[in-house]
Amino acid sequence: MAKQIDVADLSIYYGSFRAVEDVSMTIEPKAVTALIGPSGCGKSTFLRTLNRMHEVIPGAYAEGTVEIDGINIYGPGVDPVGVRRNVGMVFQRPNPFPTMSVRDNVVAGQRLNGERTSKSELDDVAERSLRGANLWEEVKDRLDKPGSSLSGGQQQRLCIARAIAVEPQVVLMDEPCSALDPISTLAIEDLIEDLKSEYTIVIVTHNMQQAARVSDKTGFFNIEGTGKPGKLIEFDETQKMFSNPSNKETEDYISGRFG
Amino acid sequence: MTTSTRFPVPAAPERTIDVVQPSLPRAFTFGAMGFALVVGVGAYLLLGNYVAGGVGVFLGYLIPVYVASRVRESKRRATDRFWTIVMTAAFVIAVTPLISLLVTVVMEGAARFDVEFFTSDMRGVAGEGGGALHAIIGTFMITSLAAVISIPVGIMTGVYLVEYGRGPLARGVTFLVDVMTGIPSIVAGLFAFALFAFLVGPQYRSGFMGAIALTVLMIPTVVRATEEMLKLVPNELREASYALGVQKWRTITRVVIPTALAGIVTGVVLAIARVIGETAPLLLAAGFTSTVNWNPFEGRMTALPVYSYYQYVTPGFPPETGFERSWTAALVLVIIVLGLNLFARWVAVRFSPKKS
Amino acid sequence: MSTATASGPPRLDQKISHRADKSFATLATASGIFILVTLAFVAIFLTAESIPALTADTEELPGGNGFWAYAGPLLFGTIWASVLAMIVAVPLSIGIALFISHYAPRKLAEALGYVIDLLAAIPSVVYGLWGIAVFAPALVGFYQWLAENLSFIPFFAGPASSTGRTILTASLVLAIMILPIMTAFNRSAFLQTPRLHEEAALALGATRWEMIKMTVFPYARSSIIAGSMLGLGRALGETMAVAMVLSTSGGLVTFNLISSANPSTIAANIALQFPESSGLAINALVATGLVLFIVTFGVNFIARWIIGRRAEFSGAN
Repeated sequence: MAKQIDVADLSIYYGSFRAVEDVSMTIEPKAVTALIGPSGCGKSTFLRTLNRMHEVIPGAYAEGTVEIDGINIYGPGVDPVGVRRNVGMVFQRPNPFPTMSVRDNVVAGQRLNGERTSKSELDDVAERSLRGANLWEEVKDRLDKPGSSLSGGQQQRLCIARAIAVEPQVVLMDEPCSALDPISTLAIEDLIEDLKSEYTIVIVTHNMQQAARVSDKTGFFNIEGTGKPGKLIEFDETQKMFSNPSNKETEDYISGRFG
Repeated sequence: MTTSTRFPVPAAPERTIDVVQPSLPRAFTFGAMGFALVVGVGAYLLLGNYVAGGVGVFLGYLIPVYVASRVRESKRRATDRFWTIVMTAAFVIAVTPLISLLVTVVMEGAARFDVEFFTSDMRGVAGEGGGALHAIIGTFMITSLAAVISIPVGIMTGVYLVEYGRGPLARGVTFLVDVMTGIPSIVAGLFAFALFAFLVGPQYRSGFMGAIALTVLMIPTVVRATEEMLKLVPNELREASYALGVQKWRTITRVVIPTALAGIVTGVVLAIARVIGETAPLLLAAGFTSTVNWNPFEGRMTALPVYSYYQYVTPGFPPETGFERSWTAALVLVIIVLGLNLFARWVAVRFSPKKS
Repeated sequence: MSTATASGPPRLDQKISHRADKSFATLATASGIFILVTLAFVAIFLTAESIPALTADTEELPGGNGFWAYAGPLLFGTIWASVLAMIVAVPLSIGIALFISHYAPRKLAEALGYVIDLLAAIPSVVYGLWGIAVFAPALVGFYQWLAENLSFIPFFAGPASSTGRTILTASLVLAIMILPIMTAFNRSAFLQTPRLHEEAALALGATRWEMIKMTVFPYARSSIIAGSMLGLGRALGETMAVAMVLSTSGGLVTFNLISSANPSTIAANIALQFPESSGLAINALVATGLVLFIVTFGVNFIARWIIGRRAEFSGAN
């Protein structure tokens, strides 16, 4: 299920403006890779190219290759819709569908795509995903309540359940805890620790301590100044990155001298 | 130690500050109200008209209060009171015709609010009796036809403008929707006439022609309501759907529109309420007849507002019978329109996306 | 992890049909184009039906003096009635909106706004009935008093109408009918005055009226103008209330507000004459309708332009 991602010479443009320049990295399967850096450095933009979500913005495009399990998702004839069914995403602010119940939110991926599965199969999927997101015990008696009736932390876990219900190969998380309180953040971090045994996880975070806690590998992005493109400065084992970074910029960021 | 300072501090001026200001006693303002009523009645009797009475009440309250306040309180306070009185008077002036109108409609319309009114038409009736069955059926058919065309077109245009439209076509469409909002209803009726004069001939009148005129009036309201509701759906919801690999059209139909549905329904109901009361375009396009007509494509079809109009201006003999029917039709119209408005509000409150 | 669905998620590079997506997009665009076509039709067909009247010999048209001799007085009446309505409605709508936004108790404010909106929901034929049966008779005494005492002013030269169904009455009914939209505009503008500014004024010791003068009015000025223009557009096109309330001999140009010889408006004239007309007379009516369309289009255009300018401005704020 979990697959390796090979990024080669990826540059991202908004119209004629180059937002991210020449990123290359290998993302390990069944591991957590964190992307850190100051705001505006392009780490979220880069994350979105891994499931071609950047194309939702008119005029945005990417050059380079991103290979998942050997298939270049930017190759000719590859449909972004198909990519997104294989690479799931969790967003910064929890966004359950307000008109759907908890159960319907979890299985929304299947049902929105019109796939025909029986009700009992859908219930199984819902339970499995909610267990996987560590939310089952809390909502098993409230499956028919609206998705928006849960607390912030629960909503975010619901979104995670929704993302893993379609059994993606990769799960992308864009600052998933930044809108949550510390207790919920801890719950999600524990969840990420569990999930990595089954999925490839890439997480963008502006919280360095979080990156140090949850990830196996870390990539540090930086930007020279406004109007310049973001670049990947260093990519290494998390342990090494935080104790003995090779690059001066990395060290300055981690020790809090800027950012 | 010297007490020379670099910047000499000016001495504090000798001044007593009035923190407590005298205020006009309550009794005075009540007394002024009584005085105003007297003045109003007196003006009415003296000058023989209602306007004098109203002005009398207004000035009879305003002048004493202003003068007294000016003397006892302060000029600024008096000015403030002056404008407060003016604002309140403005509101009363606006509400009075509404109350008068509603009371009149109910009182006059009650006379013929009977079973016969709702079950018979005007076939062969020149005086007593008769009813508005044909007009009620006509209104129902014409409005339904107009809705059947306007609602899908209006909603899809709203979807186009919010979800797809970029560039000159979208700008043109949104501009023209604005233009359509401003088309006077009678011009819409003329358009329907002109269109069918070309297609069929200038003698053609029908319920369908009236529906076309009403469509021109309904579409812009539906478009605007849909647009506004769709814009309120947060973009993150769309992104969540895309990120699950759902195509755009399904995202719109399964996520965006259901979230915006309550507002869209409200807008549609209000659009219907607006055109149900339209008289002028139907006067031109659907014409007037005394009997029930079930065929919207052939022959004149009476609608309720047109019925009410004709019963008043050509009431038959004795004229009171016509007037009574006219008022009852007006009452039915007001009930329908107010009912639709209340229903729209109820939908908006009840069906908005649920929070905990 | 076991797969629950039979085939599992599609391969990354699997072909996915976008036909439904494209069809839907086409449908949406087609709706937009339908709007363009509809409006084009309106312009085309109105013009087509007007041309016979515009090109006919002068004797053949109603009134026998050519199209503009026929339409001119109607245009005058339309504008005159609307101007009168605006003179009453603009200050009134500002006062009402201020009352609701700043003077009335907060809990009542929404309900009061709704009451004013009710005025908009009432069909125009009902306003016409009320105008004939209640409002006009109530004004008779006033008009007589004006004719007796102020007849040296041309507006009030007698003799006063015995039914009260004059152009002034019709204009007042128009004013009542356009109040809701103008009040709604003003109300939303007044409510959007930044609390910061209001509190700053109050902290300086300003009275309520002074605060309004200092902070609310400057902020709301272009909204008031835009709302007024929209109200003007409505007044220009209103038909039934005028057609029913006015007792008119048609074709007149006069400034006398209280007599029974009144000008008529384009819209009312069409409503009254159309059912019995045929041939060239109908073309003449359509032509006057075209004139009305152009005038209301112009007024609405200006209103939207003002709104558009303000939207940019408030963003900078």
